[in-house]
Amino acid sequence: MDTILSKYRSHLVKFQPLIALVLLCIGISLMSDKFMTVDNGWNVMRQISVNICISVGMTLVVLTSGIDLSVGSVLALCGAITAGLLKFGIEVPSNNLFVGFTLLGAILAGLIAGSLLGLFNGWTVTKFKVPPFVATLAMLTIARGLTMLYTKGFPISNLGDSFAYIGTGWFLGIPVPVWVSAVVIVIAVIITQKTALGRYIYAIGGNESASKLSGINISKIKMIVYSIAGVLSAVGGIMVTSRLDSAQPNAGMSYELDAIAAVVIGGTSLSGGRGTIMGTVLGAIIIGVLNNGLVLLNVSPFWQQVVKGGVILLAVIIDRANAKND
Amino acid sequence: MLAAQHIGKKFSGVTALDDINLELPAGKVTAIIGENGAGKSTLMKILSGVYDEYEGDVLYKGEKVRFKNPREAQNAGIAIIHQELNLVPYLNIAENLFLGRELKNALGFLDKKAMRLKTEALLKKLKLTVPADTIIADLKVGQQQVVEIAKALLYDAEVIIMDEPTSAISESEVEVLYGIIGDLRKENKAIVYISHKLNELFKIADLYVVLRDGKTIESGAMKGMTHDALIHKMVGRDIDIIRSSDTKKEKKVLLKVDGLCLAKAGSKGKNILQNICFELHRGEILGIFGLMGAGRTELMETLLGLHPGLTKATIVLDDTSVKFSSATQAIKAGMALVPEDRKKDGLVLGLDIKTNISLSSIDQYKGSGLIDHKAELEKAGKYIKALKIKTTSEKQTVKNLSGGNQQKVVLAKCLATKPKVLMLDEPTRGIDINAKNEIYKLISELAASGLGIIMVSSELPEILAISDRILVMADGTITAGFEVADATEDNILKAAIPQSI
Repeated sequence: MDTILSKYRSHLVKFQPLIALVLLCIGISLMSDKFMTVDNGWNVMRQISVNICISVGMTLVVLTSGIDLSVGSVLALCGAITAGLLKFGIEVPSNNLFVGFTLLGAILAGLIAGSLLGLFNGWTVTKFKVPPFVATLAMLTIARGLTMLYTKGFPISNLGDSFAYIGTGWFLGIPVPVWVSAVVIVIAVIITQKTALGRYIYAIGGNESASKLSGINISKIKMIVYSIAGVLSAVGGIMVTSRLDSAQPNAGMSYELDAIAAVVIGGTSLSGGRGTIMGTVLGAIIIGVLNNGLVLLNVSPFWQQVVKGGVILLAVIIDRANAKND
Repeated sequence: MLAAQHIGKKFSGVTALDDINLELPAGKVTAIIGENGAGKSTLMKILSGVYDEYEGDVLYKGEKVRFKNPREAQNAGIAIIHQELNLVPYLNIAENLFLGRELKNALGFLDKKAMRLKTEALLKKLKLTVPADTIIADLKVGQQQVVEIAKALLYDAEVIIMDEPTSAISESEVEVLYGIIGDLRKENKAIVYISHKLNELFKIADLYVVLRDGKTIESGAMKGMTHDALIHKMVGRDIDIIRSSDTKKEKKVLLKVDGLCLAKAGSKGKNILQNICFELHRGEILGIFGLMGAGRTELMETLLGLHPGLTKATIVLDDTSVKFSSATQAIKAGMALVPEDRKKDGLVLGLDIKTNISLSSIDQYKGSGLIDHKAELEKAGKYIKALKIKTTSEKQTVKNLSGGNQQKVVLAKCLATKPKVLMLDEPTRGIDINAKNEIYKLISELAASGLGIIMVSSELPEILAISDRILVMADGTITAGFEVADATEDNILKAAIPQSI
C-alpha cells in the first residue's frame, strides 16, 4: 500500500505543472467566456512563443547550474541587427561600399550575432571563471547599449510584408511563431534526451568536478550551451521585430525574468542538473495563460504583477516540498 | 543514560531499522559496529532528533523522550559529531561555538569577551593550543573536530555521538582524540563511537553493539573480543582470503614515467612533485604508499592530464610518447582514474547508474549522433552483473546506493573506457569489509586480464596484501621502491616519513 501510494505520488509530482495548467484554464474559463475560444487560444500561443524560445535556452543554461540574464538585451540587439540589415544593409560612404541583405541573409546575420553574443558569455564564464550571474549581467548592459548605438535610439520600422509573415503569418492553419517554437522545443528535447551533449549538460550541472574527471570538456559544453541560448534569444528577437514590424531599441526589457520564471515553474533546479524542457514549456504556457486570463478578467496591470510573483513563489515552494519528500 | 527500545524505521516502505534495542551507559564508550547500510546512521539520526517518526521508544535518563528536531536533543544533552563537520568555515572558533546561542551584554550587544574567555577555557581543557579567534578554515581537519567536541561540551552534552571521527585526521591527531575521549569518560559522559577501523575500537571502546541489516545482532563488553570474531558478527560469514600473489606477471613495460615534475600554481616555490620516475608493467599492481600531503593524489591527477600547464614529464604509454593536456585526452589514450572522493569527483549522484557508467564512454553509443539507449542499458547491465553491483535496476539513482556499490559504479565507468592503465586513489576508503574484499578481488582480476594498475592507499595492510610492487612517496617525490616480498611495514613507514621535519 505504501509503495503504491508513493508510486502515485511520483507520477503526481511529474504532472504537477500540467495539473496546475488545467486547473488554471478551467478557473479562467468559468470566469470569462472569452477565454476558451479558438481565436484567443492562437492569440495566447502566439504571445508565448517568444518566451518559449528564450526559456528553452535558459533551461539549458540553468541545467549546467548557470544563468543567463542577457537574453532580453540580446533579443533586442539581434532583432535590431536583422531589421537594420534588411532595411539599410551595410553602407560605408567613404569607400562607396554598399552591401544589401536578402530576407534570409538578414535573418541569418541576426542568428549569428545571437550565437556570438552567447559565445562571448560562455567564454567569460569558462575562461575567466566569471560567475554566470555577473558575466551575463554585464552582457545585459553591453548588448542594450549596443542596441541603442546601432539604432541611435529610434525604432527601425516598415520592414516589408515577407518579413512580417514570420511574426504574424499562418502556415497550415497554425500561426508561424507557434511553428517556430514547436521546432525549437523538438530540437531541444532531442538534444537533452538523446545526445551526448544533453547528457553532459545534466552531468555538469549535477557534479562539475566528477564530469571533468570523467573526461568531459566542461568549457566546450558550456560555450555551446550559452551560444544556443544566444541563438534562441535571436530567434525570439526576430519574431518580436516581425510581429511589430519594427525593431524597438527597448524591446525585450525584463524578458529574462519571464524566462527564469518559466524555468522555475517548470521544475528545473536553479542549482543545476535536474529539470526538463517540457517542464519549462509548461511553465511558459502557465505564465502566458495567466497573463491572458488576468487581462480578460480586467485585472489591473499592477495586480497582474503581484499575482505573477505569487505564482512563481508558490511553484518553488511546492518544488522544494517535493524535493524534501523525495 | 540513553536507551533505545524496539526502534523501527521505514523509508517509503523499505525497512531500515527493525526492533533495535541498545543501552548507552554513562562513563562508557560504546562502539556501534556494522557494515555500510546496516542502519548505524539512521539509528544515530533517531537518537539525535533528526528523524522524529519511528516505532519504539527512546529512553533518556529513564524517561521516555521523542525529540522533534536536533535542537531539542541538543538542549536535552545529546550531541552528535557528524562525519562531515558542521562548522561555518569563515567564522572563528568562538563564533562557531556560540552560534545560535550568543552571549549578550546588558545592552543586547554581543558579549565577545565572555564568549572568548569561555572558548579559551574549553580549548585549554581539550588541549587545542590556538587562539579563540582563529578562523575555522585555517584549522586542520583534526583541530576542527576538536572544535566540534568543544561545541558539544559547551552545550553540557551528556551523550556524545561520534560518527567516523578519525576518517580524515592524522595519526597524531587520533592520539589527541583518544586522550579527549578518555577524559570525557572520566567525566561520566556516555560516548558513542562509530568507526570502520576495528583496530581503533579495541583501543578506545568499552562496549560494543553490532548492527546488521537493521537489527541488533549482539552487544557486550569489548574486553575479550577478537578482531575476527567481531568481523564475523558484522558480516555474518567469514571473509574470503585476499589475493594470492602468484599471478603471472608479464615483463612488458606499459607505462614509463620519467622526470615528472608538477609546479605549484602561481608561485615560483618548491615543486609539488619532484622528479618522479617509475615503470608500470602490464598485469602489474603497483601500490603507492605515502602519508597525507606526500603528493600521491597530485601524481594521479597529473597522470590524468589535470594540471597541463604546470607539468613537466616524459611519459611513454604502450611504446608511444604521450603528453596529456586534458583528462579527455588522457582517457582517450587509455588512462583511467578512480578518484579519492567518489561523491565529489567520481559520480553525478543525482543521475542513475547507467548514465554514470557511460559518462566517460558515451562516444561508443552514438553512431548516428543520437545515443543508442538500448546498447547503453545493456552495457550497464553487463557491468552491474560483472562487478556485482547491488541494485534493483540500471536506472536506480546513484545517491541511493551504499558506499561500496557507488565505488563499483565509478570502477565500471572507468572500465567502460577500455583503459590500459587503471589508477585507483584510496579505492576502499569508507566502505565496509565485504565490499572491500570484493574490490580487492576485482582489482586482482583486472590485473590478471592485462591491465596495469596503480593503487594509492594510506592503509598499509591493504598495500601489502594486494600489490606486486610498492613505491613510497614523501614530500612530493619517490623515496623508496620494494618488491612486495621485501617490503615490511617498518621499512615502508621509514621511507614515508618526510625528511624535512
